[in-house]
Amino acid sequence: MAILSKEEAKKIIDKVLSFSKADEMSVNLGGGRTGNIRYARNSVSTSGESNNLSLGITAVFGKRSGTATINEFDDASLEKTVRRAEEIARLAPENPEFVPALGPQQYVDTKSYVESTAKIDPAYRAQAAFDSIDLCNKKNLTAAGYLEDSAGFSAIGNSKGLFGYNPATSVDFSITVRTADGTGSGYAIRDVNDVSKLSTKSATDIAVQKALASTSARALEPGKYTVILEPAASVDLMQNMMRSIDARSADEGRSFLSKKGGGIRLGEKLYDERVTIYSDPTSADIPGSPYSGDGRPQEKIVWVDKGVVKNMTYSRFWAEKKGVKAVPPPSGFIMEGGTQSLADLIKSTEKGILVTRFWYIRFVDPQTLLYTGLTRDGTFYIENGQIKFPVKNFRFNESPVIMLNNLEAMGRPVRVSGNLIPPLKIRDFTFTSLSDAV
Amino acid sequence: MGAGAVMLPNLSAWGRPVAPEALLEPGIDVAVKKRLADAALNAAKSKGASYADVRIGRYLRQFVITREDKVQNIVNTESFGVGVRVIADGCWGFAAVVDAKNESDTAKAAENAVAIAKANAKLMKEPVRLAPQKGFGEVSWQTPIKKNAFEVPIKEKADLLLTVNAAAMKNGANYVNSVLFMVNEQKYFASTDGSYVDQDVHRIWPTFTVTAIDPKSGKFETRDSLSAPMGMSYEYLQANPTDKVTGITTRYNKGYDMLEDVVAAAKQAKQKLTAKSVEAGKYDLILDPSHLWLTIHESVGHPLELDRVLGYEANFAGTSFATLDKWQSKNFNYGSNIVNLFADKTQVGSLGAVGWDDEGVKTKKWDLVKDGTLVNYQAIRDQVHIIGEEESQGCCYADNWGSVQFQRMANVSLAAGKQPLSVDQLIKDVKKGIYIIGDGSFSIDQQRYNFQFGGQLFYEIKDGKIAGMLKDVAYQSNTQEFWNSCAQICDDRDYRLGGSFFDGKGQPGQVSAVSHGSATTRFNGVNVINTARKI
Repeated sequence: MAILSKEEAKKIIDKVLSFSKADEMSVNLGGGRTGNIRYARNSVSTSGESNNLSLGITAVFGKRSGTATINEFDDASLEKTVRRAEEIARLAPENPEFVPALGPQQYVDTKSYVESTAKIDPAYRAQAAFDSIDLCNKKNLTAAGYLEDSAGFSAIGNSKGLFGYNPATSVDFSITVRTADGTGSGYAIRDVNDVSKLSTKSATDIAVQKALASTSARALEPGKYTVILEPAASVDLMQNMMRSIDARSADEGRSFLSKKGGGIRLGEKLYDERVTIYSDPTSADIPGSPYSGDGRPQEKIVWVDKGVVKNMTYSRFWAEKKGVKAVPPPSGFIMEGGTQSLADLIKSTEKGILVTRFWYIRFVDPQTLLYTGLTRDGTFYIENGQIKFPVKNFRFNESPVIMLNNLEAMGRPVRVSGNLIPPLKIRDFTFTSLSDAV
Repeated sequence: MGAGAVMLPNLSAWGRPVAPEALLEPGIDVAVKKRLADAALNAAKSKGASYADVRIGRYLRQFVITREDKVQNIVNTESFGVGVRVIADGCWGFAAVVDAKNESDTAKAAENAVAIAKANAKLMKEPVRLAPQKGFGEVSWQTPIKKNAFEVPIKEKADLLLTVNAAAMKNGANYVNSVLFMVNEQKYFASTDGSYVDQDVHRIWPTFTVTAIDPKSGKFETRDSLSAPMGMSYEYLQANPTDKVTGITTRYNKGYDMLEDVVAAAKQAKQKLTAKSVEAGKYDLILDPSHLWLTIHESVGHPLELDRVLGYEANFAGTSFATLDKWQSKNFNYGSNIVNLFADKTQVGSLGAVGWDDEGVKTKKWDLVKDGTLVNYQAIRDQVHIIGEEESQGCCYADNWGSVQFQRMANVSLAAGKQPLSVDQLIKDVKKGIYIIGDGSFSIDQQRYNFQFGGQLFYEIKDGKIAGMLKDVAYQSNTQEFWNSCAQICDDRDYRLGGSFFDGKGQPGQVSAVSHGSATTRFNGVNVINTARKI
């Protein structure tokens, strides 16, 4: 069994540390089971499962560090790997940005491990795929989907007394349904820690409805439109923005958070005042890891409060240089929303476009966080509070910063790709050309 | 993916960290590899497989990563293992084993693969149809390198990058990041067709990004390296004068002068800060090979992958506009009649060059678009029958011993013009145009119709002359419209390769490296947008 208990993990880490002759030693131990099933053209194309347990040892001499890994756990193998890490460290160049390892830390409890998910087996995956494919077969539609599940643990420890242990489970499912003539396509995506909350059938049903409703799309002129972005559409833009809040880049003058004339935009109101974004590893909806990769504790951090930039991420080196707290990047974020449903948002829209999904999003200008990409798998025209007809896909060129200033309304946040994001109604969203793709 | 169901273990793709000297240690002897392979093939056959192949792979990688005056990281990894793929009861099965030590390890993997194939045969719609392939016996192939990058001391490589960085800073850069990526795939393939193929494949990619900042305005600009990732080794970093293409800025062919390029980059990044913001509208575009490779990759390479056309990538990468009926019509105008696009797994120096692909097919060159008309796709052994071919095109690849092989893009290139034509002559006839050098932002829809590309350097062309630098440029077009607007192509004196070191495909994802050649090419009346915004 690749999922070690806290005690088993600690025993191995302590054993490794006992062999150390280095100035400092850090240990990462992780393992578990991951499985997947992929299907296309209503037939399974790949499926598999693997178990893994691996140990990474980092030795430090002065400002030189070296890492070695192993997946055998007898004393001789552990000691050999410690020596290997030490040997690599001695040969490594000095790292001028070296920061010593952390001492003992306090970590919060997170609820990221759920037994039901740990019990997933090949039969479950086959059934999950069958539920999805069967629905499409019966309606003469074509399904292509992918389910990946994992159940595992991570443990960290070092020669300064730090120790952390976190078990976690996750399931990611995505489904694209296309009509037989290729004129309609629909999509749905789900991610959960607890597989009992996942129904591949009901997710597929949404993709089926979108596929059927999106046939015979009409072309609208590109331009600025009011849009309703489903969370599956806005998530990539939001994630890209949240990954660009590194303080060092801003201090260096090469970020959207750099200030004209020097300095950073911390404390500035950058978004609509209804925009509040935070992270919280103890969230019941998106439980995260209690620690970051380098052992810093994850805690509740408000990144944007009522439109004002409240926090940025810092490496330990840069935080020390700047004399501030070293806030690590979060594993997921939560954007506060409203109480309306997606249907409510549609009902209150005079004219607009409903977007299911964005695709192939790429940076155009890091200065303004301008991105380009396209709508995909279900784009619809709304008039007088009703979906009127499907429209051809658009290419957009838009910045999430501009988008979150043009906020009209927000619905109830839902989980997507490990984040909580509300459906967003945005005015003047910039579509620059049409695409014939379905 | 082809058909049937396969076991896909997600074993360490990058490999374990090792000391740099370990990358020079020889792998296991070819005779041992043959024994390990035969054990797997015999075990598969005895368990009822109608076909089996074995890939014994040792994958070595070294990345040297720096910024300004610091070496940030040196990554040395090694990954060794064996992947066995079988057909049993008409269905694919795959199993892999890390650090296989003896015949019983590989035989066990083969037995697992057969068991998986038989179990999954129940879910199969139709049995796998594998194109026949003759055996080649014991053969070998090596990337024709002159200087193995792994033999160059780490210090020499780090010093090169630090010298490059210092030159950038001295010439006006505020920041510079530089990286050397080096890869060596030692692959052994054996199959029940009777092939035993030993290959030693090398790739290298030196690259950097220079940043210039104007603190007063709060603006910043970057300029990336004009290098290409190549199917070469350290000799790529020793440029001869004949490898350089002079002009408005120097570009490179089979040798790269990193120091020279970074000096130009530092100056150009600063120049971009005060360059004129482009006026949106229609322009004739002159696209340098350092830029055009990416447009070819996205708008020709991907849509002509048969697995995409058939729908196997529908949930992720997407499908293709280039449907079978268009190919069957024999008159689908992919581009204007001077457009000839070909796939080639043999081109010396290209990232995709190998002797045999990952299912034992000897590599070759074939036409995709001939005189503007769509004539073929890229397909592998279990799909090639769909396009009426009897032999695979040899473009099957797995990024690791633990990943299952599937159809990957061959080097797809635009043939140089048949008439003598230089870049200067090409520019001379353009009244209102933009000359684009280097690749930048890129995005294309899931059926490969609508795309948008940026670049590194943009020069305005007015009445046949270069009028100055532009910024905030991106062009949008539709694949068929774009290639039909192709008006002139320089001759083969200007033919150069660009490429991608990390092209992604599949779920779970696999990477592949692929080159695209072209000469400087003119496209008429393309829609250019201005990408400047205020936040």
